[in-house]
Amino acid sequence: MPLEHENIIEINNISKEFPGVKALDCVSFAIRKGEVHAIIGENGAGKSTIIKILMGVHTKTSGEILMEGKPVDFKSPLHAEKHGLGAVYQDINLAKDLSIAENFYMGQLPKTKFGLVDFKTMYEETKKTLESINVHVNPKAVINELSVAQQEMVAIGKILHLKAKLIIFDEPTALLTNEEIEELFKIIQMLKEKNVGIIYITHRIDEIFRISDRVTVMKDGIKVRTVNTDETNENDLITMMVGRNTEHMYEIEQPEHGETVLKVKDLCRGKAFRNINFEVKRGEIFGLFGLIGSGRTEIVKCIFGADKKESGDIYINGQKTEINNPEEAIKNGMALIPENRKDEGLALGLSIIVNTNMVAINKVSSYGIINDRKSNEQTTKLVEMLKTKTPSIHQLVKNLSGGNQQKVVISKWLAQESDIFIFDEPTVGIDVGAKQEIYKIFGELLSRGKSIIVISSYLPEVMGLSNRMLVMYEGRQMAILDKSEFDDKKVLKLASGIS
Amino acid sequence: MDSAVKEKKERNKISVFSNGMKTELFLIIVLSLLAVFFAVTSDVFFTLSNLKTLTRQASIYGVIAIGMVVVITSSGIDLSVGSVTGLSGVVAALLMVNGISIPVSIIIAIITGMFIGLINGVLVYDGKVPAFIATMGTMTVVRAVIMLLTNASMISKLPEEFKAIAQIEVLNIPFLFVVWLVVIALAWFMTSKTVFGRNVYAVGSNREAARLSGINIRKTTYGVYIFSGLACSIAGILLASRLGNGVPTAGAGYELDAIAAAVVGGASLDGGAGSIVGTVLGSMIMATLRQGGVLLGVNSFILEIVIGSLIVGAVLLDKLRR
Repeated sequence: MPLEHENIIEINNISKEFPGVKALDCVSFAIRKGEVHAIIGENGAGKSTIIKILMGVHTKTSGEILMEGKPVDFKSPLHAEKHGLGAVYQDINLAKDLSIAENFYMGQLPKTKFGLVDFKTMYEETKKTLESINVHVNPKAVINELSVAQQEMVAIGKILHLKAKLIIFDEPTALLTNEEIEELFKIIQMLKEKNVGIIYITHRIDEIFRISDRVTVMKDGIKVRTVNTDETNENDLITMMVGRNTEHMYEIEQPEHGETVLKVKDLCRGKAFRNINFEVKRGEIFGLFGLIGSGRTEIVKCIFGADKKESGDIYINGQKTEINNPEEAIKNGMALIPENRKDEGLALGLSIIVNTNMVAINKVSSYGIINDRKSNEQTTKLVEMLKTKTPSIHQLVKNLSGGNQQKVVISKWLAQESDIFIFDEPTVGIDVGAKQEIYKIFGELLSRGKSIIVISSYLPEVMGLSNRMLVMYEGRQMAILDKSEFDDKKVLKLASGIS
Repeated sequence: MDSAVKEKKERNKISVFSNGMKTELFLIIVLSLLAVFFAVTSDVFFTLSNLKTLTRQASIYGVIAIGMVVVITSSGIDLSVGSVTGLSGVVAALLMVNGISIPVSIIIAIITGMFIGLINGVLVYDGKVPAFIATMGTMTVVRAVIMLLTNASMISKLPEEFKAIAQIEVLNIPFLFVVWLVVIALAWFMTSKTVFGRNVYAVGSNREAARLSGINIRKTTYGVYIFSGLACSIAGILLASRLGNGVPTAGAGYELDAIAAAVVGGASLDGGAGSIVGTVLGSMIMATLRQGGVLLGVNSFILEIVIGSLIVGAVLLDKLRR
């Protein structure tokens, strides 16, 4: 093996057991210096577990990790960082109330000769690092004031600042727009040239072919194979991962569309969005597409009564309806499956049964007293119907994988028998297998005469699923397109403000 | 059996044991150990009269702690409990010495306590004042109101029938303890079987998810603080009866014991986790320590060191086990 391909990290026969679950079973692979090593696998395949063991979040049950040939055993993320490992997690890990510079220097603030914090050096160095990855923001800016994409870039900057030798990206593009993804890929390319090793975890297979050198496929805690990216193709990878073909993934049978169930007229809310007009018919999937920050989430939150509208009207089944809070939206048959299931969709520390009955509690209770038998039956029925993988309905939701958590969110609304389902980024951070199951649920909903509004930043998904699509740009409604007019270039142009 | 497999089985056993051991079981063990220790070291600990004294004292703290754990589960906190306890005792006493009948006085005192709870709820939900600050404010204000109402002096000459509440027994069980049991049973039913109880957990676990699920956060917030006010005013009446007077300083400092009982019992100050049974056990452990310490003639400062360490130690152990 040539010298420049020396391994930065070698993972040898790593196993990890949690009570009752074997999360990893004798997994081995190595990351070379200057390579982008993708790891793919369905939820529960063991990708996150490997990362957490590498970063010292979990301790391994057996096996060894070699860093540049020497055995290491990191006890904490801080310990791992000191040895040159860094990770950019899906849910960005920054102190949101502090400035970028303070985040960069967290735990190691530079001092002046008087022992005070040396802000000057901090700001200068932070600025340099940020500029090296083409991020032009003030290092004094507080994280909370930045967009999600900027926050992610800052998180990457922080790791660069720590001079990491191995960087782990966990679903880095999940919240980014296409342009931002290009920026990210440039940064990754630059890191490669600096001989940094990169682990790249993703659910988007197209990305693997764009930037990775090798791919390791995981399944059920076991490594399936490590292959050179240029010696494989999309179908092979998917077959290794799940053993099924995904060509017709988005094809959902849509029944004949009925009458208009939801009509939004001249809806406005401050700077978030202005003059939004659209209609959704019974049995149709209506897409809402726009880049992050274009106002799509804000629109649905407003329709759902979670945010106050400024002006405009909402008609449900032809009736003008005032919706002032989520309770009223729910009474009018609306359901919201929010973008961020951990923050807005689930009570993670509570069980499946409690979460499932959170909305439709009145259906399993009388006079405010819960009927345990009914609530059990309801939950069991939905767990079976949605094929939620869990040992018990009393399992805490935080112990489920992303796809199964999403099913629990959906089950709340199925229990309520809502009519208009609003899905905000329903498949973020969910693997191919679970995605297909979610789409199947879409089909099931339509066949029962429900209507669906779907928001996604993944264009093939919105185009594939929806019947009509509203395209947003900076709070403005650019166009409503019919399925026959769908064209990715056209949609992206509209979403970038070019009409 | 192959040794590797055997080793694995052993490990599983240990992990199952440590995960399966509930906070409640752990507390029962602690309580039993304490009881055995005091039974061995003191002749009087296991006498009927001592146990009656112990349960009388534990009951008053215990009722307040039940209210507190419900508030904590909703991810709030109620620092006004001690003051509300004092207020309801004083209100009942004032009414009675002015010739109002005992039942009416008690009802008015309870309504007063619930009203303070409602004020807390309004401050926290509508005013968006952090619960810690809001209830610290009511704690101070209510205590001052008590002082103004009573001119900072004791209200004595309460009717004998009222004083009897703390003294009477049902089948040899102190009535105070019976009241506590009823409050426990109601609270257990409320938290585990009613929609309101579920909502308390949901709001405490994830407020935004609860809101987007159509749960009325306002009602839930009002509900928990009113419930806490109710519990405190019941405790306040029992305490006034036990003291035989309306004492202006009654209940001062009780908030810390109530929080301690809830937290020792497994409640998380982050909300979403809290156990009625655990809180009851927490209250009993603290009462046993206090009473046992007194019997053994332990220096009261040393006793406070033990209790303080126990509070932190119990939570620490619980965190380590998880």
